[in-house]
Amino acid sequence: MSNQSAVKDVVKDESMLIQKKMLDGWYKEIGRAREGGKPVVYSFVPGNLTEFILSFDCVAVLPEINALHSGMKKMSDGFILEAERRGHSEDVCTYVKCDLGMFLGGNLGPYGKIPPPDLLLLSYTGCFTFLKWFEALKKLYNCPVVMVHTPYQDQGVITPDMVDYLVGQFKSDLIPALEKISGKKFDIDRLRSLLQESRRAEEDLVYCFESAKNIPSPIDGFFAGVYYVGPIFTAFRGTPECTEYYRAARREIEYRVANKLGPMTPAGTMEKEKFRLVIDGTPNWTDFRDFWKVFYEEGAVFVASTYTKVGGLYDTGFRHDPDQPLKTMAEYCLNVYTNNSLPVRTKLMENYIRDYHADGFVFHSIKSCNSFSAGMLAMLRELEQRTGLPGCFIESDLVDSRYFSYANIKNRVESYLQMVEQKKGDRGAV
Amino acid sequence: MEARKIAEECEKLFYDLEFTAVREWKARTGGRVVGYLPTYVPREVIHAAGALSVGLFGGGDKLEIIKGDAFYQSYICHMPRSTLELGLSGRLDFLDVLLSPSLCDVVRNLSGVWQLQFPNIKTKYIDMPQNFDQKVGGRFFISVMKELAELLESLGCRPVTNELLRESIVLYNENRRLVDALYDYRAEAPHNVPTAELYVVLRASLIQPVEESNRTLAGYLAAVKNRSFRPLDNVRVVVVGSFCEQPPLNLIKTLEKSGCYIVDDDFIQIARWFRRPIAVDGDAYSAVSEAFLSASRPSSSIFEGDKPKSEDLVQRIRDRKAEGVIFAAPSFCDPALLDLPFYQEALDRLGISYTQFQFSENTGQFQTIKEQTGTFSDSIKLWSEA
Ligand code: SF4
Ligand code: SF4
Repeated sequence: MSNQSAVKDVVKDESMLIQKKMLDGWYKEIGRAREGGKPVVYSFVPGNLTEFILSFDCVAVLPEINALHSGMKKMSDGFILEAERRGHSEDVCTYVKCDLGMFLGGNLGPYGKIPPPDLLLLSYTGCFTFLKWFEALKKLYNCPVVMVHTPYQDQGVITPDMVDYLVGQFKSDLIPALEKISGKKFDIDRLRSLLQESRRAEEDLVYCFESAKNIPSPIDGFFAGVYYVGPIFTAFRGTPECTEYYRAARREIEYRVANKLGPMTPAGTMEKEKFRLVIDGTPNWTDFRDFWKVFYEEGAVFVASTYTKVGGLYDTGFRHDPDQPLKTMAEYCLNVYTNNSLPVRTKLMENYIRDYHADGFVFHSIKSCNSFSAGMLAMLRELEQRTGLPGCFIESDLVDSRYFSYANIKNRVESYLQMVEQKKGDRGAV
Repeated sequence: MEARKIAEECEKLFYDLEFTAVREWKARTGGRVVGYLPTYVPREVIHAAGALSVGLFGGGDKLEIIKGDAFYQSYICHMPRSTLELGLSGRLDFLDVLLSPSLCDVVRNLSGVWQLQFPNIKTKYIDMPQNFDQKVGGRFFISVMKELAELLESLGCRPVTNELLRESIVLYNENRRLVDALYDYRAEAPHNVPTAELYVVLRASLIQPVEESNRTLAGYLAAVKNRSFRPLDNVRVVVVGSFCEQPPLNLIKTLEKSGCYIVDDDFIQIARWFRRPIAVDGDAYSAVSEAFLSASRPSSSIFEGDKPKSEDLVQRIRDRKAEGVIFAAPSFCDPALLDLPFYQEALDRLGISYTQFQFSENTGQFQTIKEQTGTFSDSIKLWSEA
């Protein structure tokens, strides 16, 4: 083994191992929460209030992440059917049905038994269905709910009234509820130190994503991007392990950039980057590998994605500010991708296409998810006009495999990439 | 005027997809027109600014969708595509502002689609507070209303003073009182108030200036009270789930023809949003906000907190002496469909009958629904006789 590949393997292994260890530890902690006397708080990824939860030594359970893992482990279809048998419509978000179906089956999740919540922390950011989801869970678990209503950024600006509203809710509802279930007083210095740690991790996360501006891109900003956001989007933001993970990931990417290596794919390093694309929408989880394969087999890499910004738009400059702990948490909630208006989202895509030197863009419309999908076609038309590039539109679902058709998506993507190739050729000729 | 005549006039307004009456109002007054999507916006503020509020509840079954479908996937409800169709075909070119209340992600994103398509029409999202503390959620809601007033002022409308807002509150209190009175009377004598008629009267109230709407409602109320139609052997039902995308008028007629008296519904929620009048003393913005926080009727768009919405439904069934419930939700409507199983569970526990179907605003075939609701009403009659 050459020195270089030895280093490469070590660096790659390091970040992956850290993440695996973190996740295993988290799942164990969830499993042990009851006997360990740790309060369990269910919450959502967009606008998550992890530092608050951790500052009270509570354990976060994220039903979206349970659903996602259930999809990847092929458990979601069964859960969804169970929920549909109990009267839930075929037409509503499958994350919700997956979660409800899991509950109906005894809450045996993708990583074991999940304890009931002591608190449902409804961080209501960027998706209306969250509200309906926790209304349903409240009935099932009969436990308290704290609704933290994040106003929608319809004009692309955060107003002082929005921030005040959120801070007001932290003070009047969230902090007292966490104090009650944990038996601990709110410690603002503890929160500050967690936020300090968050900030460090955020710096390195942004480096990881922005590395895709290089040609060739050292990472796939969507398929691998979902791994990169794992720790910071879930239960770890603010912990030293999280910072350590992003340090390691950064080192690994720096190595790839220095050696002009393309992104890792399930089939190994992509040798020749043929297409650079930007994508809007979530991944499909039930057939994640196949979905990825459609693209990497064609030499297509996603240099930027919006899904990896649903837990925070760090690349447009936001960092948690330990000097203003409540305000910064409010601004964080307000600024996640899906809490932004369609014109802002469109502009973000346009910037990605330009700054990451993309050849095209893809919209992955999800039957379940109106938060992402309702309006995508308008964004697509607008982007085609603004960039002069063709866009690709594909459809499936998050965790309901009935709506994933490999052949359809493959056909559509192949024809799309042919068109992109042709356009690239034309541009070259000019 | 005779009730039927009033309803016919209202039906003309309802079916006029060119919004001639609104255009005339604008030409006559030179005022601003503010469109709003379902369900709730503080119309009092718009009125106080001297603008006209116009409820946009989809395109119904008479609108041919030519361009709107290209903007929405097949698994999204019909309402946004018909609304967009109205815009793209120039039928809404009188609008100065479009308001989107925080009802669901489709409505929310429609405000963004609108911004992309019609940059000259201002949009504003009306974020209804989900925190019910006047010092927190109330304060925020006041800021949303004041932003709306500022937006209108920037378009040349008059500033919203406390006095003006109070005057508007008085008018809308009267509007809601009249609608409540009509609902009460319909529950008392449903044979005298066919819902297909009441419905178009309410749809007209979304278009008419409130002063005119009050006259229409008062006239209609007086007229139906003069009626003495023969009661039929129909079952009394509450229709639930059609608070945003609206059922076609013929669907409402079909329900009535299949042996049902609709004695409560949530078709045009904004017309009866509050359980009590908004206070008319003190600070007017605070009064609207206070009413919103403490006197809103339960809605799929508002977090239900500790009191399940199903309790309210059961109460409505009891108050209106209903014998069953028809769940009529628009296809692909998350807020309505996600509520449904919990309503049904509550009704199952109490042994209250219900039936369920989904519709789209342009549904044209009603035979299956007629058979279904006909069987439903027959079975209720049979059981009550037994
Ligand atoms: S609608 Fe979309 S954002 Fe909301 S819960 Fe479902 S998948 Fe998540
Ligand atoms: S019909 Fe339902 S899903 Fe569609 S816009 Fe209205 S509330 Fe939203």
